[in-house]
Amino acid sequence: MAKTKTNTEDYLRMYRQMVRIRTFEDNANQLYLSAKMPGLTHMYSGEEAVAVGICEALTDDDRITSTHRGHGHCVAKGAEFKEMFCELLGKEEGYCRGKGGSMHIADQSHGNLGANAIVGGSMGIATGSALRAKLQGNDDVTVCFFGDGATAQGLMYEVMNMAALWKLPVIYACENNGYSEYTKTDEIAAGSITARAEAFGIEAHQIDGQDVLAVNALTRKLVDRARKGEGPFFIELMTYRYHGHHVGDINREYYRSKDEERDWKDNRDPIVRFRAYLVEEGIASEDEIEAMNAEIETDAREAVAYAEAARYPDVSEVDMHVYAD
Amino acid sequence: MREITLSQAVNEAIAEEMRRDPTVFLMGEDVAEAGTPFKVLSGLVEEFGTDRVLDTPISEPGFVGLAVGAAMTGARPIVDLMFGDFIYLVMDQLCNQAAKQHYMSGGKLTVPMVLRTNMGATRRSAAQHSQSLQALVAHIPGLKVAMPSSAYEAKGLMKTAIRDNNPVVIFEDKLMYQDKAPVPEEEFLIPLGEAHVKRAGDDITLIATSSMVQVAEKAAEMLASDGISAEVIDPRTIVPLDEATLLASVKKTSRAIVIDEGHQSYGVTAEIASRLNERAFYHLDAPVLRMGAMDVPVPFSPALEDITVPTPEGVAGNARKLCAGEMIDAA
Repeated sequence: MAKTKTNTEDYLRMYRQMVRIRTFEDNANQLYLSAKMPGLTHMYSGEEAVAVGICEALTDDDRITSTHRGHGHCVAKGAEFKEMFCELLGKEEGYCRGKGGSMHIADQSHGNLGANAIVGGSMGIATGSALRAKLQGNDDVTVCFFGDGATAQGLMYEVMNMAALWKLPVIYACENNGYSEYTKTDEIAAGSITARAEAFGIEAHQIDGQDVLAVNALTRKLVDRARKGEGPFFIELMTYRYHGHHVGDINREYYRSKDEERDWKDNRDPIVRFRAYLVEEGIASEDEIEAMNAEIETDAREAVAYAEAARYPDVSEVDMHVYAD
Repeated sequence: MREITLSQAVNEAIAEEMRRDPTVFLMGEDVAEAGTPFKVLSGLVEEFGTDRVLDTPISEPGFVGLAVGAAMTGARPIVDLMFGDFIYLVMDQLCNQAAKQHYMSGGKLTVPMVLRTNMGATRRSAAQHSQSLQALVAHIPGLKVAMPSSAYEAKGLMKTAIRDNNPVVIFEDKLMYQDKAPVPEEEFLIPLGEAHVKRAGDDITLIATSSMVQVAEKAAEMLASDGISAEVIDPRTIVPLDEATLLASVKKTSRAIVIDEGHQSYGVTAEIASRLNERAFYHLDAPVLRMGAMDVPVPFSPALEDITVPTPEGVAGNARKLCAGEMIDAA
């Protein structure tokens, strides 16, 4: 199969972004385990193809809203390691000057309207961003990331109804990782998730969330159509989180088996799959990929070291930013 | 000066700001052709069209959430919440989302939106359409809260709120929509956080919000005939609160009653009274008294409802006791 130059660059960037997410999360997990990170965090590892496949179909003008499991979206939308690790450690140079932390990272310069610690809490924000685009005649599209657990929130149905009534340029991206915190999705979701969107007349797709190219191809088509006023759309992306609900959720056997975890890691890992594809198609050699991985690992390690040494915000900042001028 | 109703004042304020700034739009239940059940917004859809005056489904969390997202990305939405009692439905969007975005993002994101809603009992609307819930939102850092006491305040505060870069909640007393007051034809703004001394006096300060300003003014009239000189102050916004004006008055008069139509316990009256005690204690000749609504769900029967809210007679009675050095029985 002949590859154009552009595709090659796109593919390598998608691979790089997925590895950056995995590497970021591995380092964040280490920070937690070594008690260097205040609080806790929710790992995105295993779901990289979702964030990257979607965000690679967007421009900086396009917006996203993210979730408590939001590092992947943040990296995929263009954020830098340094500012992200600084935020995770509550440092002044973090994206939110240390005031948000892992669950509230926002990176407005790349259109990331922020992670949200209320499950389903950002669905109104995403849909409102799309309403603004329509009212002001802008052609940007907003993607609302949320998990299968958030489909149990009433807000989702209220905003999907309005998005459909008003044909808003919003794409609802449901990352179905099979678990609503510590409970199987089957136990909390009746019927079909995509059918819920279809009930509002919203075109809905279910897709393999471990296949970055498939996710990207579908998203590109839907983004183009949303820009032309054909939205909203709904995508259910079947995926898996390798870690627990949060970093402290270590013993998980009461809700899912180690065999199941091993199966997803060994047979459906989005990075391993895409790496094999790149080599097979002659887009990159094993050596080139190893070099890229090593470079990302170094970047992450340097960013962690930088963040560890960085300053905390001055205490005088505690009551800054309560109100805007 | 011409006189217009509070309803017309709100309508004028919104229309002027929508003409001035194309990013301002209005959304809520029955705001377009219906102009709201109180007809406050009549005529706006005819001038600005359905793109800027949006009728929404009965989905309060949903449309308040949309307003937050629109505000975060460059619009200035005005959200109409048909009854103040529905604020419970939108607490997550208002208090977890709108109020905190600016702080959580370290100052990067702003939410310039107005949520206009109402308050006020004695309309025989019973427990779920009569509450005065300003204390709930005033408790949340990041929100500003305005309580206009007349058509003049309603217009000036609304215009300022629309231009403010923060989420501002405006509580209009639904019994005052037809009340007229002098309102200049030329443009004016009222800053948020600037109290207004409605009536000067020497013996006691009556600090009152929204329609309780009328109650306080009537009480002041009654007291005047008894030879007691009452000062009436309208804070106009409870967040931010113009503490300096309140303190200056209380230091002068040495007595104060704080009157607000929210429930008395843990309420606006408690907060203001507490600040006066903390900062003017050695100037006081009597305890600062709270007068809020009774701590009961608002009853339907007129015979019961009327006794749940502060009245001019009640305020005047308590003022006389404070001025005579008598203790007031606990509410």
